[in-house]
Amino acid sequence: MIELENITKVYRMGKVDVPALRGVTLYIKQGEMLAIIGASGSGKSTLMNIIGCLDKPTVGRYIFEGANVSRLNDNKLAEVRNKKLGFVFQEYNLLSRASALSNVELPLIYSGGRNKRKRAMEALSRVGLGERANHRPTELSGGEQQRVAIARALVNNPTVILADEPTGNLDSVVTAEIISIFRQLNRDGIIVIMVTHEMDIAEQTQRIIRLHDGKVVSDEKVT
Amino acid sequence: MKFIDSFVLAIRSLAANKLRSGLTMLGMIIGVGAVIVLMSVGAGLQNMITSTFEELGTNLLMVQPSNPEAPGMLGMMYGGFTGSITMHDVEAIERIRSVTGVVPANENFVKLIAGNEDTVAVIHGSNPDYQRVYGFTMASGQFISEVNLARRDMVVALGNKVAEDLFGSDDPIGQQIKIRDKRFTVIGVMEPRGLSSFGFSWDELVVTPITTYQARLFAQKTPSGEDAVQQISVQVASAEVMDEVTEDIETLLRKRHKIDRDEEDDFAVLSMEQMLGIFETITLALTVFLGLIGGISLLVGSIGIMNIMLVSVTERTREIGLRKAIGAKRRDILTQFLLEASMLSLVGGAIGLTGAWLMAYGISLIDLGGFTIDAVVSPLIVTIAVLVSVIIGLTSGIYPAMRAARLNPIDALRYG
Repeated sequence: MIELENITKVYRMGKVDVPALRGVTLYIKQGEMLAIIGASGSGKSTLMNIIGCLDKPTVGRYIFEGANVSRLNDNKLAEVRNKKLGFVFQEYNLLSRASALSNVELPLIYSGGRNKRKRAMEALSRVGLGERANHRPTELSGGEQQRVAIARALVNNPTVILADEPTGNLDSVVTAEIISIFRQLNRDGIIVIMVTHEMDIAEQTQRIIRLHDGKVVSDEKVT
Repeated sequence: MKFIDSFVLAIRSLAANKLRSGLTMLGMIIGVGAVIVLMSVGAGLQNMITSTFEELGTNLLMVQPSNPEAPGMLGMMYGGFTGSITMHDVEAIERIRSVTGVVPANENFVKLIAGNEDTVAVIHGSNPDYQRVYGFTMASGQFISEVNLARRDMVVALGNKVAEDLFGSDDPIGQQIKIRDKRFTVIGVMEPRGLSSFGFSWDELVVTPITTYQARLFAQKTPSGEDAVQQISVQVASAEVMDEVTEDIETLLRKRHKIDRDEEDDFAVLSMEQMLGIFETITLALTVFLGLIGGISLLVGSIGIMNIMLVSVTERTREIGLRKAIGAKRRDILTQFLLEASMLSLVGGAIGLTGAWLMAYGISLIDLGGFTIDAVVSPLIVTIAVLVSVIIGLTSGIYPAMRAARLNPIDALRYG
């Protein structure tokens, strides 16, 4: 499903080349839920950006659903992000002036599909927020805001949901709720990839990939 | 992404910042408003001048004394009164073929007194042709006659408003009025014309025989000691023979004034069309100048839009990053910001247009001492205003929109 082969990413800072990833090879199968962990600077965000088609590798091949996305132009990548990927961020990144429903509708606006309202409503119901569709983010709790963000990520029925420290701003009770939503989505067949530095969250997935200095140092199943 | 969605998006984000959007639009409102008001005032002036000349007829020629020492337009128009034209010239011009009327006119401002009433008016010293050439009809009594002219009679024909000011509802015919301490008898009152131009109303006139004017009111002499004539209007049979008659008058006057071949004329013959041309040049220059002033405020307005769009892009960096992450293409972001700028500009322009239209209407109602400027907001001006608004919106929006579209989603998401 997701094949990363010898992915290397080098950033050029002024006159110095800074390698962020040095030859990462990774295979992710349908139905997996995994965590990418590592200290800051280990390259986990860069890896996340490449998997999320926000960035292109300097060297290496990225095959997504059988297509080589490392060769695609910006517009094609935008389409892949829109239709196949869902993003959940630590800071939720909701539009504060728009209702929960409008926020969830946003990806549908860019894909130009029909029944936007109805599909957004369904996504909100899947995360248990059907009742609060017309509230603005400022009127919602942190957990609720993150659930709106998850609804936004899954509204276009993506293959993969990428979550970057999704519980970083939440307390333990709410964290448990959010993780259980991710587990449910995973059971429904969506690949869930989480970037985190909290071990106890990583342990609730099926597989933990540890990065250090831009390399995969361990890749093990959670027992 | 569908256009309607971009449109809704742009409206929402403008509505979210009402005060800011309003202030930005104010720049456009003032700019577009200023351009339109100033241009329509210019157009109104032009119309006023054109219609004045048309009312007088296009088959009129003006003969004026001109000072060869003071060439150029002013020298011709005001003729630095050396006064080389006499009543003999008038008589000579009358004999030219195709000339159907010759009206000399000397003019001045005078105070008229009748009993306890007084008023100020323009007095014209002229001849009986005046009535026909300038198209006056009499409300009562008679116009000045050849006999009055020959005898230098102390008689006047009053413009309608003058008669009303001095005598109210009484019959003015046969009444006495005083001009410069001399007694005149009113022999006629003219029908109201309603026509006015350049602050001069055709109903606030007094006409007296030019001989009386010269002998009893204002003596003006030519260098050779004859009575001077300020200006002659020559009515020509048809517009086709204007050039021919102009030449004939020039030849005649050069001969009469004994002007050598290498000397400049001491008079000028202008057709109404030429006069119109001169005034049109002046008003065109004025209109362009006024338009330029408006244009500067329009420029300031467009800089305001660009500025606010740049601020808006910076402020919404994260939002742009998010939109790109969830699938917005460059084109989508570009369209969104361009639409916002265009809408600011277009809505501002529309409000400015409406305001300007009202203001132009208001200006048309103002009585500027006997005349009004009919400020016209023509379809052309409206079209220009709308086009300019759109162009300004697009040009001032393109740079901020491109900056937004080029943002890298990773950096944008991390911003702030």
